Amino acid sequence: MRKAFTQTLAELAESDPRIIVLTADLGFGLFEALSKRCPDQFVNVGVAEATMTGMAAGLALQGRIPFTYSIVPFATARCYEQIRNDVCYQNANVKIVGVGAGYAYGPNGPTHHGIVDAAIMRALPNMTVLSPADPIEADLATRAAVAHQGPVYLRLGRGGEPVLHASPPDFRIGRGIILREGQEATLIATGSIVSVALDAAVQLEAQGIGTRVVSMPTVKPLDVALVEACVRESRVVVTLEEHTVAGGLGSAVAEAAAAIPGVRAPVRIFGIPDRFAHTVGDQAYLRELDGLTTSRIVDAILDVLATS
Amino acid sequence: MTDIHPLQYTATQIRRRVVTMAARGKTPHIGSALSSVEILAALYFHALHQDPANPELPGRDYFVLSKGHGCMAWYATLAQRGYFSNEVLETYALNGSCLGEHPSRHCAPGIEFTTGSLGHGLALGAGLALGARLSGSRSRAFVLLSDGECEEGSIWEAAMVGAHHKLDNLVAIVDYNKIQAMGRTHDISAVAPLSDKWQAFGWAIREVEGHDVGAVVEVLDKVPFAPGKPSVIVAHTVKGRGVSFMEDDVLWHYKSPDESELAAALAELD
Repeated sequence: MRKAFTQTLAELAESDPRIIVLTADLGFGLFEALSKRCPDQFVNVGVAEATMTGMAAGLALQGRIPFTYSIVPFATARCYEQIRNDVCYQNANVKIVGVGAGYAYGPNGPTHHGIVDAAIMRALPNMTVLSPADPIEADLATRAAVAHQGPVYLRLGRGGEPVLHASPPDFRIGRGIILREGQEATLIATGSIVSVALDAAVQLEAQGIGTRVVSMPTVKPLDVALVEACVRESRVVVTLEEHTVAGGLGSAVAEAAAAIPGVRAPVRIFGIPDRFAHTVGDQAYLRELDGLTTSRIVDAILDVLATS
Repeated sequence: MTDIHPLQYTATQIRRRVVTMAARGKTPHIGSALSSVEILAALYFHALHQDPANPELPGRDYFVLSKGHGCMAWYATLAQRGYFSNEVLETYALNGSCLGEHPSRHCAPGIEFTTGSLGHGLALGAGLALGARLSGSRSRAFVLLSDGECEEGSIWEAAMVGAHHKLDNLVAIVDYNKIQAMGRTHDISAVAPLSDKWQAFGWAIREVEGHDVGAVVEVLDKVPFAPGKPSVIVAHTVKGRGVSFMEDDVLWHYKSPDESELAAALAELD
């Protein structure tokens, strides 16, 4: 995902001199093509995330399209007030890129885990929150971020995510992407963990439970129409994200579902429990500790269907 | 005079542990760990008022590894000093371990503060130093910073307030290895002249050759350098110090040694 992003960004920057990429001393080797071809469009501001974000707002207010780049917590929480005031309040056209969503930097420990970013970015007026599932969505999300006028937060994996799309989908900000159809249950997921939702759907299908899988690469603004269709057409809707259950995709879907009148499916939120990791481990290990696994999702869906 | 030979031996033992940990855990930041070794050896085997048998010792000195990514050297030092066992150290960065690639509070004995996001440690240290003074304790707070980290504005906020409150029980040590994640520090931002900056912020300064463990011991014995002022030690170091092919090379901010590189490193650290 990270490679797809940097390649697309280098390509876009070459044809659009308004694009300028700022990093807070991260991304070793990733921006070489960009910095060689367009040396004026790349600045390492040093280990100074707040300053990077403030500078991006200043550059944006002159008509440029700045990207800020760091590991998720440092691109978002470390400089949150600069994002809130300098970027969002002034509606500055800044694109904030956080790499390593969820537990992608697992063994690096809790300071490097990207588990609250979607929530805090979603809470900001004027902010668009993009969370692609695979390298193809990351490429399309990067293009969409440049084309969009206004602040965007782009939440990326670290690398090595499987490709989930056979061909590029119709990617539009604010629209979910249906990856497979099914009548009984719906799984709505965002980010690289969409692959786990697809695995769960295959297992459910084998047990006769037709399961729709939606990739939701835009967490904000949410595709409310698609959520409404899902809660009306399915018997159960399960959301899945590698992010705290407080305030992310699951919360957004639940908020939307609560506003829909009439008979609707129950919504179950799968995500990281409201706690910090205190055990060291890689991404797969920490997902397992938090129950973000295919088997747990399958069991939860079977459980709801059996009791409803 | 302190006999420094045991400390030099200790530093080599710490380095052997560090290269082994990085190889086993396949983790980065070995260069950042190796540049801090003499500083940590001088602190833990000479300067700090602490007791490995009683990590909660009342009135102890505090240590904050603000450059949390250098934690391999800290973990190795703590194990060498007896805070926890080699068996614990050997789990470093493996699934199910308590020792991550950045330190977490109470993940093992002697580790009191969570770090890993740069620019936090000096304020934490200023709070510890202020708290110690308020409660009449003789505790001191030692904070180990990296030079790249000094690009964070929060370092200079804490520097200002530490001087204003005359926290002469606060000691910052800058591991000035002159390389940060994306290249040479002086190619990225105007960190230099570093000592002049600290002086302008009201700190008492000493510069030291950071791999001369005797010199580090000597300077640590002199804190506070001036009454009523916080102290900073600008330690000139070399990233990757001790392993010839790792020295002064940004690539060893990322690489971990393979089997033959580990053998070559251990052969040099004999």
